[in-house]
Amino acid sequence: MKNEYGREILSPFTNLESNDRSKQHPSIPAHKGRKPVVFSDSISSIFDAIPITSGMTLSFHHHLRDGDGVMNLVLDEIQKRNLKDMVLAPSSIFPIHAPLVSLIDQQSVVKIVTNYVNGPVADAISDGRLRDGIIMDTHGGRPRAIEAGELEIDVAFLACPVVDPLGNGSGKEGPSACGALGYAVADLMYAKHTVLVTDHLVKTIDCPELSHEYVDYVVKVSEIGDPKGIVSGTTRPTRDPIARKIAKDTVQLMAELGLIRQGFSVQTGAGGTSLAVAHELGQYMRNHQIQGKFASGGITSFLVQMLEEGLFKDLYDVQCFDLEAVRSYRENAHHHPLSASEYANPWNPNAIIKQLDVVLLSAAEIDLDFHVNVTTDSLGRLIGGSGGHADTAAEAKVTIITTNLMKARQSIIQERVRTLTTPGNTIDVVVTERGIAIHPNRKDLLMKLQGTKLKIVPLDQLYATAIAITGRPSYPDPSSQVIGVVRHRDGTLLDTLFQRSKVY
Amino acid sequence: MRRSLLFIPGNNPGMVQNSDIFDADAIIFDLEDAVLPQEKDAARTLLHAYFKQFPSAPYETIVRINTNDSSIMMEDLSMCLSSRVDAIMVPKATKQSLFEFLDILVTMEHSLGISPRVTLIPIIETARAVWEAYEIVQCPRVSGVLLGAEDLSTDLGIPRTASNLEILVPRSLVVLAAKAVKIDAIDTPFLDVDQEANLRADAEFSHSIGMNAKACIHPLQVGIIHEVFSPTSAEIRQAQKLLLAEEKAKLEGKGAFSVDGKMVDKPILERAHHLLEKAKVWGLIP
Amino acid sequence: MKMATCGTYESNDCFVTVMPQKTGRTIQIESIVFSSFGAQIQAVIEGILEELHLDNIAIAIQDKGALDYTIRARVLTALQRAGVSL
Repeated sequence: MKNEYGREILSPFTNLESNDRSKQHPSIPAHKGRKPVVFSDSISSIFDAIPITSGMTLSFHHHLRDGDGVMNLVLDEIQKRNLKDMVLAPSSIFPIHAPLVSLIDQQSVVKIVTNYVNGPVADAISDGRLRDGIIMDTHGGRPRAIEAGELEIDVAFLACPVVDPLGNGSGKEGPSACGALGYAVADLMYAKHTVLVTDHLVKTIDCPELSHEYVDYVVKVSEIGDPKGIVSGTTRPTRDPIARKIAKDTVQLMAELGLIRQGFSVQTGAGGTSLAVAHELGQYMRNHQIQGKFASGGITSFLVQMLEEGLFKDLYDVQCFDLEAVRSYRENAHHHPLSASEYANPWNPNAIIKQLDVVLLSAAEIDLDFHVNVTTDSLGRLIGGSGGHADTAAEAKVTIITTNLMKARQSIIQERVRTLTTPGNTIDVVVTERGIAIHPNRKDLLMKLQGTKLKIVPLDQLYATAIAITGRPSYPDPSSQVIGVVRHRDGTLLDTLFQRSKVY
Repeated sequence: MRRSLLFIPGNNPGMVQNSDIFDADAIIFDLEDAVLPQEKDAARTLLHAYFKQFPSAPYETIVRINTNDSSIMMEDLSMCLSSRVDAIMVPKATKQSLFEFLDILVTMEHSLGISPRVTLIPIIETARAVWEAYEIVQCPRVSGVLLGAEDLSTDLGIPRTASNLEILVPRSLVVLAAKAVKIDAIDTPFLDVDQEANLRADAEFSHSIGMNAKACIHPLQVGIIHEVFSPTSAEIRQAQKLLLAEEKAKLEGKGAFSVDGKMVDKPILERAHHLLEKAKVWGLIP
Repeated sequence: MKMATCGTYESNDCFVTVMPQKTGRTIQIESIVFSSFGAQIQAVIEGILEELHLDNIAIAIQDKGALDYTIRARVLTALQRAGVSL
């Protein structure tokens, strides 16, 4: 059965689809806030207290990223107790979560719901070893699903850098400070049982983001994670001349489209090219004395610098990527925390991205319909996931993909994406070093670019240019074994995930 | 008609195959200083294969060959002549070495049965070459001359300085020689890649004393060089205004005419024509 | 003919090793784009061996996404260094 994008949704996910807004009636479990928070010193005692049994759904947030220690502590406990058929709902999975692989193979964990997965766990799932498959949500779709009761969480284990005696929690301080805790909020409020896992207890916390009213347990462990993996020192823009050229062209394009004006808002990613664009954008804004209303999303030292210089009035932060971002988050009143729902939930009328003028995104693959894939590579190996990609592309007034046209003989443009992450009708511009393509629907943008010195070409011509250089790739046929599904931010189903092709 | 000439190391496929992205007027594929002695063969074969797979380019294709070892030089030259190369950059040129090179070039063209096509760009990078500049530029087939300030200052036994005073006279002599025979005077590259403001100042100075082009060693220098060495839109408008007045005067049978209260004589008109020609080639006139 | 190499492990390049062997032609390919371009890489190398009528030779390539011209150039230079006259 093909959906409106021509992608097939296959069993066992055919009946998963749900786009029923009447289900959006948040119901916070009745017992929350009625009992004082219970403090403990071991994950094991939590398993006994609740108690946690086979078949339950456990959730985690990913603010400690590739330095996270909390999920592994819980996995260890699952293994010790020989629990089976567990469902995990971490907002993202990183290489540090490699211990999950053996639990997958033992069927201790049989199903995963997440927004992003990369590393050994991604490879195991791509090989079809996760018995009941994976559901990939977006950063905005996950809180929607939680609030709508589609993703029911039994126990949320929330890593929390600092906790006070009442059970309030924050990401601002502590040896594992990570800044924003936006992806923890929906779990905090709607999980049947909420556990804060911390390595640092303090007497008081100024304006804690996680309120004790929703907390059931606090566990103090020696380390919730490795600070070096949580945040990088600073994120620096690339020196690669091709990325810098793409960045310059992107800013020139934005200027010609009239996007860089007083009070505009923007979101960029955190990869090398995105940082180069942020750098060029900052220069342009300085030279033309433009102050933007806000920048949103994952915050880097770059954006902090722009905030402190007065280039933006405010930053809306759902995740901190480096130490500077954490510092600013702690100190600057104009650096605001956002829950994932306030950030990108399509059913939240105040989601900040609904105000976005422009978003700058990357792509692993783009096809001739402008569909974007950031979930798998061309052979079906899971390498990521939407994160906020499909969300911001849907809401921003102009969505710009910045990417190399080719990376080491691989054309980013394909005839058909291997996996659909973000539908083409939400993508407006693709900027590469060999030309810029505008979506045919956006005649308004094409009009504004008449007479430009930028090289505007149809997307299929960019594709032909790439293939003329690399030669025509011949990919093996995708396997027919279903390993999961891509769920769109509103609950509809975008695409099926298949076992990856083995030839490497 | 060159403003920017970008050096690309000849043995680096990643850079070679992206050479067309940066809008340089000319690319100098370097077989000389950018290639290790033991990789000269690999670099030459790589360029030959690249030129074969991509037989046309939106820029002028220049190769800086080796001249210190004659068998390597012959192989480099042979490769250039059997591919799309438009010009050969000849390092450490002196009057004698350049004319000898020309002989070798012409002989090889005869034996390969190719009609003369490539031009030469000698590099003035020794004290002797600076003195011989006027004779060097008169060598047939020479279409431009490049000042190599780093090797020159080594030859002079002095350090390069930020003031560039030590190369002031060589720069002027190169300009005078080049313009005496109406070929490109190409300035030495600016080596401090991170200092965009200093590059601009350096380029503006060399432009003001008559250089019409500048070599560069990093793609991101090309944009600034184009800004400095291109006519401004005001200059273009003024030139177009002059030519319109010229047309009008011709129609009215007038010999002499004035624009904005000034008499317009022949040299001014020639400059205007020349400027518009360049502006067209560089895509500055819509 | 002796053993010889050419190229690098940089992105967009390849490292080629050629050596004589008792009989036949062996082509061994390791590539970051093996699944999409493995056959093409094989064809380029086989083409060169045919062109030059070479036999009793083993060629190994470790490829980091090199385009056809680079593969061709590195193989030809390695052969030249090995003593094959082109």
